[in-house]
Amino acid sequence: MHFELTEDERMIRETARELAEKEFAPKASKYDESCEFPQDNVQKLAELGFMGMCVEERWGGAGLSALAYAVAMEEISRACASTGVIMSVQNSLVCDPIQKFGNDVQKETYLRPLAQGAKIGAYCLTEPEAGSDAQNQRTSAILDGDHYVLNGTKNFITNGRVADVYIVYCKTDPNAGHKGISALIVDGNSEGLTRGQKENTMGIRASSTCSLFFSNVRVPAENLLGPLGKGFSIALATLDGGRIGIASQALGIAQAALSAATRYAQERKTFGRPIAELQAVQWMLADSVTQLEAARLLTYRAARKKDSGERYSLEASMAKLAASRAAVEVADRAVQVHGGYGYIREYPVERYYRDAKITELYEGTSEIQRLVIARNLLAQAS
Amino acid sequence: MDFSLSEEQILLRQTVREFAQLEIAPEVEAHEREARFPRPLVNRLWKELGLGGMSCSEEFGGIGLDPISYVVVIEELARVWPALSIAVSVHNSVGVQLIDRFGNNEQRRHYLPKLTSEWLAAFSLSEPGAGSDVAAIRAVARRDGDSYVLDGEKNWVTNGSSADLYIVFLKTDPAAGSRGITVFIVERGIQGLSVSRPERKMGIKASEAVVLSFDHARIPASCRLGEEGQGFKIAMQQLDGGRIGVGAQALGIAEAALDRSIRYSKERTAFGKPISDFQAIEWMLADMKVRVEGARLLIYNAAWLRLSGRPFSRAASMAKLYASEAATFVTHRAIQIHGGYGYTEDYQVERYYRDARVTEIYEGTSEIQRLVIARNWLKENGFEG
Repeated sequence: MHFELTEDERMIRETARELAEKEFAPKASKYDESCEFPQDNVQKLAELGFMGMCVEERWGGAGLSALAYAVAMEEISRACASTGVIMSVQNSLVCDPIQKFGNDVQKETYLRPLAQGAKIGAYCLTEPEAGSDAQNQRTSAILDGDHYVLNGTKNFITNGRVADVYIVYCKTDPNAGHKGISALIVDGNSEGLTRGQKENTMGIRASSTCSLFFSNVRVPAENLLGPLGKGFSIALATLDGGRIGIASQALGIAQAALSAATRYAQERKTFGRPIAELQAVQWMLADSVTQLEAARLLTYRAARKKDSGERYSLEASMAKLAASRAAVEVADRAVQVHGGYGYIREYPVERYYRDAKITELYEGTSEIQRLVIARNLLAQAS
Repeated sequence: MDFSLSEEQILLRQTVREFAQLEIAPEVEAHEREARFPRPLVNRLWKELGLGGMSCSEEFGGIGLDPISYVVVIEELARVWPALSIAVSVHNSVGVQLIDRFGNNEQRRHYLPKLTSEWLAAFSLSEPGAGSDVAAIRAVARRDGDSYVLDGEKNWVTNGSSADLYIVFLKTDPAAGSRGITVFIVERGIQGLSVSRPERKMGIKASEAVVLSFDHARIPASCRLGEEGQGFKIAMQQLDGGRIGVGAQALGIAEAALDRSIRYSKERTAFGKPISDFQAIEWMLADMKVRVEGARLLIYNAAWLRLSGRPFSRAASMAKLYASEAATFVTHRAIQIHGGYGYTEDYQVERYYRDARVTEIYEGTSEIQRLVIARNWLKENGFEG
């Protein structure tokens, strides 16, 4: 047992931190206001290999560990949570399943440019009537010769308006329940694919989140990802990894909020002394430091377990549940430490507060994480 | 990062777990009901498992466990009997280890072999008027030729009635605040020392918490541990380690309560199905599990920092704070899952609930942990204040 990062992982942390502090942090507020997709940030991530961190080098990736990815995600999200989620979706939800379930042609055609950051990917599972109840898919793909004909609506699609590649989960057999769900790789320029307006979200406002409408979109049959009817298990396996990404994003937001509160507490004076000397404020800092550290250890352990090749859904769900809660509570305390200044745009903590909330919702709400955790526990005990 | 135990540590866990289940578990109920300290069992732990000198070198009869293995042992004992685990933790972390670390060679040669084989140690810092505010202690030791004369009252002394030796913190310079505190080794039975009946507590009833009264008790000057005035520093340094021990105790309690809750929720049916099928119960189990695992990682991280020679004061306080709050949270939910049965003495969660509560109080209240965490954190972030 030891708690040290490897040399590689430490280097990745330093590289990510430098990039995030120098390039991303100064623009985070601007992107939050404008809701513009941070193309220049994505370009920088691509140059460092951060758009395909865990993809094998022979497919154009950086070949790094899940823990290195978690550490990088944390640093990037500390500066700009929008950039964090763009990176997380690309790595965890798009590159990862193609690497794991794709064939060589799919890897050459799609994975390589994705891993290099030349293309942006999106993961399309959620529908207006299928969120936590992901089995309830309505989008259908009917085989017609050597093409699937895709019809339906997907929503809350991160990277949705800008993506070049979509992994779309859909019913290839409408009568087979979750065993009738398959995964298709869909080109962004397919005819019949329409992108909706960008959602006007509370936080992570620079992430390009929208609905997608598929109307008789013809997808070559060879774009089926993994076996027919295995889409649902691919979707769930993929989300396990995604939860490590989102947990890391939450850690980054929490760390940013805690650092801001720590700084502000030292500068702000009341009753003749810095508020950092008041127990009321020290208590908040102590609780934030502790909660964040527990969440960080849970997240790193989940990543390490993924690296070991063992099943890690319990660990990933615990990490995501704890880290997202930590982000919300730490950001809340940071606003409280700032008082009225925490409520205005001149200070970053109001953005952290808004950004934090999404981590309890996407890639499985906290309620879904609790279900996963409880069912794992109960199954282990039997 | 590597989150797995070594083979030796896994083996150690198995050994202690087996001993706890076979030898310790049958003793728990009667001792707790009668609030009776299990001295014969303690002797067996020392003789059969070497737990009288967990971190002590073999030279003095110890078994030289690393801090991670130490946590493993306390955690396993606490799962079965929290009152016993605190006796072992106190004896080792603020007894044996303190003498090993701050004693001179003569003291180490004289006391350590006794402590690792048959003696039991106690730690005496608190006073009726000085708990969290350690500098405010008033019991004194006055130098008189080759001896010190001790006067005053100490309380909350764990292992107090059964101990053969007390580590006592006294003022040698009452005007000097925290710099006037000195540590002494006091053997049981000396003239002028009286030991009260144990306090009647909410939980860990088999553990003894007593009042020590010194009335012109005379001890040789050679019983002074370290220099005059070093006491406060020694207490603070040694308590960091003790906090890892209490954290491990809290973890053990929480794990045991969670295990029982999982089992019970699968057996108990309501509305025609096991209650484990209801989200209300699943939610509780999930939240309990996350706290148990968060506590585990913080504790093992603190132990590893200590093992690798890094500063671990903030980490130890975080581990103790988080684990003790996890223990009260988890045991509370455990009762809730058991319903009325959880409120009876027939199911052990009632005892775990009471036992858990003390972990938020002793070896530094949660409030003191927050102070330590905040001050260290602010210092790490450049705050001079």
